Amino acid sequence: MNIATGFFYLFSAMMIGAAFMVISARNPVHSVLFLILAFFNAAGLFVLLGAEFLAMILVVVYVGAVAVLFLFVVMMLDVDFAELKQGFLQYLPVGGLIGLVVLVEIAFVVGAWTIGPVAIANVTTPMPPGMTNTMALGRVLYTQYVYLFEAAGLILFTAMIGAIVLTLRHKAGVKRQNVAIQNARTPAEAVEVRKVASRQGV
Amino acid sequence: MTISLAQFLIVAAILFTLGVAGVILNRRNIIVVLMSVELILLSVNLNLVAFSAFLGDLTGQVFALFILTVAAAEAAIGLAILVAYYRNRGSIAVDDINMMKG
Repeated sequence: MNIATGFFYLFSAMMIGAAFMVISARNPVHSVLFLILAFFNAAGLFVLLGAEFLAMILVVVYVGAVAVLFLFVVMMLDVDFAELKQGFLQYLPVGGLIGLVVLVEIAFVVGAWTIGPVAIANVTTPMPPGMTNTMALGRVLYTQYVYLFEAAGLILFTAMIGAIVLTLRHKAGVKRQNVAIQNARTPAEAVEVRKVASRQGV
Repeated sequence: MTISLAQFLIVAAILFTLGVAGVILNRRNIIVVLMSVELILLSVNLNLVAFSAFLGDLTGQVFALFILTVAAAEAAIGLAILVAYYRNRGSIAVDDINMMKG
């Protein structure tokens, strides 16, 4: 057993264990932390597969953004999570059964399946030799898949606007800047010239 | 590489199964349901990257990148809806989400 195999088993076991703890932890904060552990181990598996760029993106985007977002929401909402945990044992038989059925189905598919020689011959974007993973991915992403890349940017833009629209609220009684009113002011209504008599004041 | 493709597929299959079971087991806690969906998407990404590496085709990694994008957008929108719902109702229990029921 060489070192890559050992790391494969280490990352796989830790990822599956962390995923199990995500769905079974009593406290959702612990669930989020185990989710982060699962993402780190998945990034390790990606590195083993030679996809370094995706591994780093997984750490940056998932651990840095999505998991922290989950953590914020879990801590922000003042919810009695013990009450939400009530149905766990009630759903355990049906959940376990469905999980087992899905696993057996996937095992049948994986067991009975081989890669056809046509699929190997018809590789659309072969990995260029002597190039780093990031460089190769960038070359493909900005040429062959540029429209999909733009569409991904559009999806993120839509999600950003949607999240802002959903969560922004205007409080009453807060002074806000109104640019239209500010621009509509003229010297005639803003400045008043008075003749002040000596020793009398306004 | 001494690790076979089937081993990666089995790991991804177990992860997918855990995600599906998590959606059902934590049916009342919508935050954990969203986290289980993230696990499912992670297992799909693992499958795509494994096939990409073993077939020598970069398309799988490009698709994994797009799945990552969509998953991030989905998490952001889902949590925003959750926060808006919590403001209106003061709870996030899934059983209470029946305002649009006719």
